[in-house]
Amino acid sequence: MSTQQSFNAVVAGDSPPPPRRARESHARSWDGLGVGFLAKLGLMAVINALGLAAIWSAFVGGAWVLLGAMVVLLVVADWIYFTKRQVPLKYLFPGLAFLAVFQLFTIGYTGYVALTNYGTGHNVSQEQAVDALLSQNEKKVPDSPSFPLTIVRQDGELGFAIVQGGAAKVGTADQPLELAPDATISDTVVTAVPGWEVVPKNQVLSDAALADEVLALRVPLSDDAADGSLRTGDATIGAVYRSVLTYDAAAQTMTNTETGVVYHATDQGQFVADDGSALPVGWKVFVGLENFGKAFTDDTYAGPLVKIIAWTFVFAIASVVVSFFFGLVLALIYNDPRVRGRAVLRTLFILPYAFPAFLSALLWRGMLNANPDYGIINQLFFFGARVEWLDDPTLAKVSLVLVNLWLSYPYWFLVCTGALQSLPDDVQEAARIDGAGRWRTFRSITLPLLLVSTAPLLIASFAFNFNNFTLIYMLTGGGPRFTDTSATLGHTDILISMVYQISGVSGGRADYGLASALSLIIFVVIGVISTLMFRRTRQLEEVN
Amino acid sequence: MSTVHVTSPVMARNAQLRARGRRRRWLTEVSWKYLLAVVVVVYAAFPLVYVLSASLASGGTLTGSTQLFRSVSGENYQALDATRFWDWAGNSLLVATVTAIGSVLMGAAAAYAFSRFRFTGRRTGLTTLLIIQMFPQMLAFVAIFLLLLSLGEIVPVLGLNSKLALIAVYLGGALGSNTLLLYGFFNSVPRELDEAAKIDGASHSQIYWTIILRLVTPILAVVGLLSFITAFGEFILARVILTSESNWTLAVGMYGWVSDQLNANWGLFAAGAVLAALPILVLFLVLQKYIVGGLTAGSVKG
Repeated sequence: MSTQQSFNAVVAGDSPPPPRRARESHARSWDGLGVGFLAKLGLMAVINALGLAAIWSAFVGGAWVLLGAMVVLLVVADWIYFTKRQVPLKYLFPGLAFLAVFQLFTIGYTGYVALTNYGTGHNVSQEQAVDALLSQNEKKVPDSPSFPLTIVRQDGELGFAIVQGGAAKVGTADQPLELAPDATISDTVVTAVPGWEVVPKNQVLSDAALADEVLALRVPLSDDAADGSLRTGDATIGAVYRSVLTYDAAAQTMTNTETGVVYHATDQGQFVADDGSALPVGWKVFVGLENFGKAFTDDTYAGPLVKIIAWTFVFAIASVVVSFFFGLVLALIYNDPRVRGRAVLRTLFILPYAFPAFLSALLWRGMLNANPDYGIINQLFFFGARVEWLDDPTLAKVSLVLVNLWLSYPYWFLVCTGALQSLPDDVQEAARIDGAGRWRTFRSITLPLLLVSTAPLLIASFAFNFNNFTLIYMLTGGGPRFTDTSATLGHTDILISMVYQISGVSGGRADYGLASALSLIIFVVIGVISTLMFRRTRQLEEVN
Repeated sequence: MSTVHVTSPVMARNAQLRARGRRRRWLTEVSWKYLLAVVVVVYAAFPLVYVLSASLASGGTLTGSTQLFRSVSGENYQALDATRFWDWAGNSLLVATVTAIGSVLMGAAAAYAFSRFRFTGRRTGLTTLLIIQMFPQMLAFVAIFLLLLSLGEIVPVLGLNSKLALIAVYLGGALGSNTLLLYGFFNSVPRELDEAAKIDGASHSQIYWTIILRLVTPILAVVGLLSFITAFGEFILARVILTSESNWTLAVGMYGWVSDQLNANWGLFAAGAVLAALPILVLFLVLQKYIVGGLTAGSVKG
């Protein structure tokens, strides 16, 4: 503020004010700054075009939340870049937009998902679940009329055309049967529909993939899933299939008309009968803090979770302490001006650091292979003994810390070397004059001074290793597996790799709710560490 | 004065003693440091020498790869052509380059705003950034996955299995870590420069593009390189987002080689690792001075 004011004062008092146009937005005036103006106008035109296209498809697709978000972003962008004010926002907006969507929103959304039962079997709304159940349980209606079918295609999408009550009707899986007044009818068969390509019967018979597609196709009779659909068993005759389930929206029940069993909608997002049997498709519901409870009480997860939390802390602390200590010792030793060629040594020392971490982890996975025919570590350093580096729970943990030492000691070596060189000499000299020995000087003078500058980095490094997914996943994959649980978790899994396993995003059974709840637990731990960090650093004060 | 002292026999003897003492001290205090250095260098370089040797071995499996440089052939490198390696390398380069450029542009713009303008919410903004930066984006990968799942139904290029979507996600996490680093550097550029330009009638965008950005080019290069290296090695988000094999990055693809059938694909992995690491290794070593500054001021290795 003060700079701006004093600058304005100077301008107002001593010199003629600068030309006004210079302070205008490029978008407002054509004042010779042609390139900047045109670039900005072009960019904004592109952004608006893309934005409008996206908004349109959101509208067509009925995604109202996305639509709203995109409209807000686009309007705000246009306002910011075409107003004279809000200069800082012109610079902040691109970053903020990405930050808001891909970081802030996703953190918030993680919180929301953690409170639901979102996952395999529960990933749609109740309405969609009902439709899915109705269509999955369809059976041929006993006295169903049958229709000679014509198979038609439009834009690669298959459909059925039939004659019902003398009028032609066409429909696809997404589009219920509707009248096609322009269609050509010969006898009781539709022979041509404008805009549709008729698929010849023999083509269906000769193309197995096409035949499967035809047999799987169901064309709803109307928008109401309860009306049933048209299906075919031989690609020539279609029949009406209707669900054996009927849905009563008011009573929130599903009734099986064949067996008479009534399924009630539960607050767990499923239809459950009195005998406890449940229909397979459920829906998303709000379950409150249940996921957090489940993490600590469910037999499958509770045991592993405690071990995994303990190991996460051990791994993060051990990694930081061991590599910091090794790096510090190296830095102290090679800070000696009498050692020649220190620049060369330093470059060689930090080689592991310049090698991409994911490649290092995979490389060590091969080198630590237990089979001495393959594993070079066993072959060269353990005389061909079969040491199960990655398959024994304890050795796997030791291996992880040691590989992480290889990966990260160069960082601490560099940091400590830098910190040592910036320490004032006079303090150490004074200590020496006062009679302090080398060890005493180090312990009472050098180390505390060093820790002042490295403590924030130590905490950051702890936070990083707390979530060091890449190393764990690539070196041991969490293995060896726990034998006392059915969950696919192992002795070296840390919290983040446990979240990855449970989430099921890479396949298998998904439990987004539980995974998000565990993510939140990690967020809390990281939050506490961050608070520690704030206390320890002056970064905040620098900001202010 | 000195000649008188040296010619004195007592002084000469003292000098001799001092020289001997220095030699003894060198032997006890310095010589072992060279020996230790050899040990450390072997420790540091051994895996890299091994991967080079394995990449040059003929046969291409782990079996027999325990003898360094037993055979030297380009077989494994040629075999890469039959795999998706070059697709993945291209994807990695594309994703990492665009992410690096995008992060630098966004971070620099935000740092400029925070450093040069005084506006309401500035302090809150900086503090918020500092806090958000602590929460790694990858923790929210489930939410990111679900977001892209629904976004993909509306805008397919921003859905799952899109490199553009991955870049967008990376850019979402770029602001926090880079802005604070750049902010400090921007503050060290004297304000008098832009004030002089302002008096001459320059607009804020002219000052930004033609004065500030030129003065901070070194730190921009460092931030760009760090973003590049981070995006190049990022695994979990790439794995979750890029579903089809032709879209994978090196981290995802090469993990596949080693995780299933480690033995059979070892030669390929070694050759690929050498090729993938070499450019970064060289860049890193050439620019180490600058990178170290950036690392210590900002993040840790990602």
